[in-house]
Amino acid sequence: MKTTFVKRLSIAALLAASLSAQAADTIKVGVLHSLSGTMAISETTLKDTVLMMIEEQNKKGGILGKKLEPVVVDPASNWPLFAEKMRSLLTKDKVDVTFGCWTSVSRKSVLPVVEELNGLLFYPVQYEGEESSYNVFYTGASPNQQAIPAVDYLMEESEVKRWVLAGTDYVYPRTTNKILKAYLMSKGVAESDIMVNYTPFGQSDWQSIVSDIKKFGSTGKKTAVVSTINGDANVPFYKELGNQGISAEDIPVVAFSVGEEELAGIDTEPLVGHLAAWNYFQSAESKPNSAFIKKWKAYTKDAKRVTNDPMEATYIGFNMWVKAVEKAGSTNSDKVIDAMVGIKTPNLTGGTAEMLPNHHLTKPVLIGEIQDDGQFEIVSQTKEVNGDAWSDFLPGSKDLISNWKAPLKCGNYNTKTKQCLGDKK
Amino acid sequence: MKILLLSLLLITSIFANDFESATQELVNSSTKEKFKIIEQLSLTHSQDKRLILLFDALLKSKLFYKKSDQTLVFLLKKDEDDYYTKTVLSSQVLEVMNKSDFKKVRTTNRLRSVIRNKLSELNLILGDDTARMDAAKNISNNLNEDSLLLIERALLKEKDADIISILEENKLIISAKYGTGKVQEDAIISLSDSLSQVSLQVLQEIQEGSDEKLQSLAKESIAYIKEGRSFYSYVEKAFFGLSLGSILLLAALGLSITFGVMKVINMAHGELIMLGAYTTFTVQQIFPNMIEYSLLISIPVAFVVSGIVGILIERFVIRHLYSRPLETLLATFGISLILQQIVRSVYSPLNQVVKTPEWMSGALEINSALSLTYSRLYIIVFAIMVFLTVLFVLKKTSLGLKVRAVTQNRPMAQAMGIRTGLIDAITFGLGSGLAGVAGVALSQLTNVGPNLGQAYIVDSFMVVVFGGVGNLWGTFIGAMTIGELNKFLEPSVGAILTKVLVLVMIILFIQKKPRGLFPQKGRDAQD
Repeated sequence: MKTTFVKRLSIAALLAASLSAQAADTIKVGVLHSLSGTMAISETTLKDTVLMMIEEQNKKGGILGKKLEPVVVDPASNWPLFAEKMRSLLTKDKVDVTFGCWTSVSRKSVLPVVEELNGLLFYPVQYEGEESSYNVFYTGASPNQQAIPAVDYLMEESEVKRWVLAGTDYVYPRTTNKILKAYLMSKGVAESDIMVNYTPFGQSDWQSIVSDIKKFGSTGKKTAVVSTINGDANVPFYKELGNQGISAEDIPVVAFSVGEEELAGIDTEPLVGHLAAWNYFQSAESKPNSAFIKKWKAYTKDAKRVTNDPMEATYIGFNMWVKAVEKAGSTNSDKVIDAMVGIKTPNLTGGTAEMLPNHHLTKPVLIGEIQDDGQFEIVSQTKEVNGDAWSDFLPGSKDLISNWKAPLKCGNYNTKTKQCLGDKK
Repeated sequence: MKILLLSLLLITSIFANDFESATQELVNSSTKEKFKIIEQLSLTHSQDKRLILLFDALLKSKLFYKKSDQTLVFLLKKDEDDYYTKTVLSSQVLEVMNKSDFKKVRTTNRLRSVIRNKLSELNLILGDDTARMDAAKNISNNLNEDSLLLIERALLKEKDADIISILEENKLIISAKYGTGKVQEDAIISLSDSLSQVSLQVLQEIQEGSDEKLQSLAKESIAYIKEGRSFYSYVEKAFFGLSLGSILLLAALGLSITFGVMKVINMAHGELIMLGAYTTFTVQQIFPNMIEYSLLISIPVAFVVSGIVGILIERFVIRHLYSRPLETLLATFGISLILQQIVRSVYSPLNQVVKTPEWMSGALEINSALSLTYSRLYIIVFAIMVFLTVLFVLKKTSLGLKVRAVTQNRPMAQAMGIRTGLIDAITFGLGSGLAGVAGVALSQLTNVGPNLGQAYIVDSFMVVVFGGVGNLWGTFIGAMTIGELNKFLEPSVGAILTKVLVLVMIILFIQKKPRGLFPQKGRDAQD
């Protein structure tokens, strides 16, 4: 009995050794997206996007003559588990790069691990800013690439005077709303014309909140809702708006978390005319976009699958990483990070994305109106806007900039005191 | 003066193209140009019924044009990518063509609101009953001196009492705002009967004005209106509370049988609710043309589906674990995970679209300060019906008698010749079936996804424990109390703090009265 056990053990050890020997010939790509739990709805799509991109790159012969090998783990929408999984990706699987995270909480949880082990993380979702890490590339929008242009649009196009800032209660909406409130007040909006409301994750009973919004919006001044409501809480929210007879013409809602994917799960009838601000819409007319959509539908074998903004961010991030590795001639983190800045790849809306020294991207801002087929009609599109890690509208971060290029090499450099507040490489 | 008139005439004649060409201009115009075209069309063709159709189509995003020859068409029906259309100008029905052959005439929110205003001006005179009603309501949103003329013209012809009263109120608002002397004063006084926000606003403007007499009159009327509105706002809150309470009641009813009566801690209860919601989805998929009746069909189907799953759980798992609550809890928790994963594998992890039938959307407007949404109204009625049915089954039927006998004293019931095993299975099936029925109702209010059940399991247990284990009326009162408490706290402290406060209150309450609101009395209550 004992001998067989030892035998088995040694066989297993041998197998493991041969596996890791084989793995040395590939470049490992970690995929850290929740495949179960509340965030699975959104994050599974990004996992599939990365896998599709890897498959495609391998068909082209991989990078530097090596094939790419995905390592998919499931952090199960559990924020501390993200950190554990990241650690095991970096120490056990020894991945060269990781694409992952959706919520800001999960990114914050992963951050110390990536920095400690000098890993490389691509974060593909719009977020609240106020962060810049040497080891992270933020391919989603920062507030000045989504929230502020959206508010500008409403101010100019719809002459909105009263604002409801409604959000789910966690770090992204809280920070974004803080920035927006400061921005609106700098534009001369009175504090009494701003209503801020937070709700828990997965809120499903919106009766009293919608009724409050209705009252707030019926004082004669044009009112709009800026929604940072996250995930599936949006569905009952819009339903309630429709039921209480609030149409997009009375009180338009501009959302930062409602995309094609979310709309695919709802009856879009009551939402028509409401707005969303993103850096990409599936309806954007460009050659790379139609090619991407075609590939995605073929990959998922589902002719009705939609594409969305975080997918574009993943697409851009992946392509940039490939270019950077080719430029650096290595997958070594420091070399790739150094090569990343300044890399340009086409985005899917017909423009070009460039990686800035603060590890953020240049992105156009698109405003779309929701259509009854769950797609967006683009009503406004700006030029490429530079992503700003530190908001210019918050007192604490006004003077901060981030620049990871030599000689500064600092994530939070104070331009007034000429000091780097910590994270220097 | 004459020259001015002449030049005005000239300008209009330049713009006053015929309907056909003006409409055709919509095809390739920017939003700004569209504003002008709409303005022009409504000036020159205010008697033309075709204009109503055109504006209506623009509002509903049903105006398209053919890419090939730029013919404007109305979209009549679409079937997947097939578009059924009719030309705007000659009303000629075209053959079915693919979606990609057409392009939509784009509108923005602001353009649509301009169109809506123009349309209501047209509809107020020419429209049918519902169109005139909508128009009358819409006109109160942007009243100005010019509206008076229109309203008076409409009043001459109007027969419908409801529309007349809305128009009269609008007239009063205009008189209060723009009138002079006695007319204005009377209007301000009469407005005190109104409840609408618009009247309140106009009065507030007058109150901020300079005329002292008007100020005091306005102040008095404002006080009346505010009193009326605050009363209705209480009624509204009570209704919201009732509706939340009835959802909690539906979710907890099944549990009050399995947990309350049978003392089984069933952590998979939420997933049985989820199965009910997915049943609704499946029914809608199978009968895509019967959305209006799909809910009615789903109720019995969901009851049976969840009931059967419940019976299977009881027969294969729980039966072996009676009187071992800890193991039951763990086992049913495992089952809940299994059920979630099955649904994820069968239907995909994404949320599913459950359509809302026409009769459940919209709101019942009581007056301008209070409207009740139909979906909530129906669910309140439905919850109470289900509750009464369960009460009847348990209290008045022989099955109910047996259930109560078995749960109160199993060996004695057995000695009386009751097949306790069968009764256990039926009771558990009944509780599970009720969870399925709750799922049908919830599919109309919240997301139908694999995690649906988790959101309701804690609340359900809370209601049952708070109301008193084993007492159906306790569950009813418990659910309604928690619902009302939530809705009366929410406006003042916010949604998040409300949840915390309600939980704290329940914890304190349970400390004082561990057996809930209505504890079971009698000998069997001790265990």
